[in-house]
Formats: sequence, structure tokens, C-alpha cells
Amino acid sequence: MKSPLATAAAMAVGLVVLLGYFFPLPVFTGLRTLLLQWALILAGTALFVGMVNLSQYHWAKIRARRNLVGSAVVMASLWLTFALALYASPESAAIQWLFNAIIIPTSVALLGLLAFTLAYAAVRLPRRRPGIMAVLFLSTAVLVMLGAVALPGMGMLPFIGDTLRPWLAQVPAAAGARGILLGVALGTVATGLRILLGSDRPYGE
Amino acid sequence: MISLSSGILSIVGMAFVVLFGLLMLVLPVVKQPRPGRDLRPLRALSRLRHALSLTVEAGTRFHISLGRGEITHPRTASAFVGLSAAHRLVEATAVSDRPAIITAGTGPLGILARSTLRSAYAAEAYESRYRPAYGRVTGLTPFSYAAGAMLAARDDDAAANFLSGSFGAEVALMTDGMAGENTLTVAGTDSVAAQAVLYAAADEPLIGEEVFASGAYLNAGPLHGTSLLTQDFFRWLLILAILGGTVVKMLGVLP
Repeated sequence: MKSPLATAAAMAVGLVVLLGYFFPLPVFTGLRTLLLQWALILAGTALFVGMVNLSQYHWAKIRARRNLVGSAVVMASLWLTFALALYASPESAAIQWLFNAIIIPTSVALLGLLAFTLAYAAVRLPRRRPGIMAVLFLSTAVLVMLGAVALPGMGMLPFIGDTLRPWLAQVPAAAGARGILLGVALGTVATGLRILLGSDRPYGE
Repeated sequence: MISLSSGILSIVGMAFVVLFGLLMLVLPVVKQPRPGRDLRPLRALSRLRHALSLTVEAGTRFHISLGRGEITHPRTASAFVGLSAAHRLVEATAVSDRPAIITAGTGPLGILARSTLRSAYAAEAYESRYRPAYGRVTGLTPFSYAAGAMLAARDDDAAANFLSGSFGAEVALMTDGMAGENTLTVAGTDSVAAQAVLYAAADEPLIGEEVFASGAYLNAGPLHGTSLLTQDFFRWLLILAILGGTVVKMLGVLP
């Protein structure tokens, strides 16, 4: 049995925020700003809960001796960084160094891996999903890539670089993206209304 | 002081939302659409339903991942749809030896994942089988979340993965890491760029608003089916408005 109080509170807060969005009257906007500030504070607290949750999972793995080293490294780096940020503030040189020397290079390395993963996925696409759409998808991707970079010894390819690529990006791609975004917007409204009406209750019990 | 034009726009916007909500409430009385009969076949969601029945029969694991959407941002809507679907999937697998797991990339979604798991177990009267570890925050940056979710699916030997939420291009790493001989990955997101990535990388991508249809196809709640009908109604209305606007512009009526 889900609590009617939680449902009523969620519906009331959703309604106030919605009214504040459509009718910028001081009474609504004031309440809306206050509620959104509370939501941000709660999201910050939830971030800490997320850290605890992540630690619980890795602690369980350490105790079960599954991927001992990996989990120990995750735990140690998570809490040492947290402690350092608390002690020296997030803007401190030490935290900036951690960010620039560890997080950015690791993310860039994974980004490099992503390029290979995508290329591999593209090569496998005709076998995985044979058909005209796969051919169209691949040929468009190749044409856009050819039009975006200067080839060694050849420079920018004529027609592909200055006419075809901009046309592909500005006409069919933009039209398709707008169509998709309209569908997504309608889906977002439907999801929001289901929560506002109490039909979907992601806040559980 | 509210200007006249913004006041009119606010009233039109509110009227749109109210009409949308009213239609969602009224349509169930007229018609409750059912997958296979009233809803068009969607291969990805049909395979997801099939995987669900296989998961229960064969005792394999389901993995649901909710992405990295912030709860104060509209882009979390697809994660909320994922939570509704997760509720249904967890209910169906609550009795299984290998219950479903949910991974998330932000603290709030992690809390909501656990809450959904708990309420799904309670709905099936299996509260004692619920373990907090079934709902996990796997990382707090895009790539750490992707790596963690990928490892969670691998470690727990997930046979079916359902990705619904806010993802970036890093979702390709996740689908690649989750891929296996007998695994299925159904993935949908609201990001156009990530949808293009998923088209190439996922077994079954959900394109456009298809991600918002998962609840209706999994019977996640009474309003899921009718909200699809309402979306269709408004989609046609928008198409007519765009075509009408184009004709009016071509005729030179509008500047």
C-alpha cells in the first residue's frame, strides 16, 4: 500500500511547480523557486547517499574477494577525494590536480575507446540488422565524416565538404531530429502527467 | 508585470497540459489499448517481453539501467519511464532465484531505484527477498557510470538488459560491454545523438518516442496505454499544424 500522504505531497508539489512555470505570478514563482531549491539540496544529499551505496557494493565485493583490487581502488579513491575536497575545498589546487591529472585523462582514454567501439558497431551493423536503413545509415555516416575532415594530400573534398555535408546536416538530419524531439517532448509531457496524476509513483512506498 | 503575449502563451500552454491530462483520464473509459491488438508491434519491446518470460522460466537475470538524468531536469522523463518498466520487470522476477538488478548514474536515481525495487517486492508480498544491493549507483561521472553498469551486468551474468534514461555517446561502451552470445540489450533514450549511437550499437534500439511506450507494452500501469493514444492524437494535431503553417506561409498569408 503506497502512502496517500506521499502521493498527495508529490502531486501538490508538481502542481505548484507547473503553475509557477506557466503563470509567473509572485506567489507561484516564489513557491516554485523554493521547492526547486529544496530539490537541489535533496539531490546533493542523494549524491552522498549514492557514494555510500557505491561503497556498500564494493565493500561487499571486497568481503567476497571478488575483484578485490579494483573495488579497493574505487573505495580508496572515492573517499580520499571526498575527504580532500572537504578539507581543502573543491577549488583547491590539489582537487584541480586530481581532476586534470586523473579524471580528464581517464575520460579521454575512454572517449578514444568509444571511437573504436562505434566504428566496430558500424561495421557489424549490416550483419546485425541487414536492410536498406543500415546501408543508408552507414553511407550517410561515411559521407559526413569525409566531408568533415581534410584528407592527407587532398584537403577538403569538393562537393562533399562544401555542399553535401551541410545539406545532410541542415535538411534531412535537422528535420528528422526535430521530428524525434517533438515525439520526445510529447512523451515527456505524458510521463510528467502520469506522475502528477499519481498513476506512476517512482517514489515507491 | 506579465506582457499580453506571454500571458496568452502561458494560457495556451496550460490549456495544452490540461487537455492532455483530461484525454489521458477519459480515454481509459472509452478504450484501454492492448499490445498486439491495439498497439502497433514494436520488435524491441516484443523481444523485451519475450526475454522477461524467458528470464522467469530459465532463472536468468534482468538488468535495468536508468542513465544519468538529474531529477530537476526534463531529460529524466525517460528514466521515470524506465522506473515504471523496472517496477513491472521486478514484480515479474521477484520470485526468481536471480532477481533483477537496477543501476543508476546519479544519487537521486539510485534512491528511486531502491524505492522501486522495494515497492515491487512488497506488491508481490516478497519483501523478505529484497536486498538493497539490487539497486546500485555504479558511478557518478558519465564514463565511470558506464563502466560500472557494464561490469554489474557482466558480474551478475545478466541475460537481458533494458536501458532507459538519459545517456550520452558513452552508452555505446555499455551496450558493447553487455553484449554476449545469448544476451539481449534493448535501449532507448531521449537524446538524439545517443539514439544514433544506439541504432548502431544496441541489439534493439528504441528510436524517438518509442522509449516512452515501454510501460504500455509491459502493462506497467493503466494510464500508460492511454497516454500513448493521447500522444498519437497530439502528434497528428502537430503534423496538421505544421502542414497548415507551411501552406499558409507558401500562400503568403503570413509574413
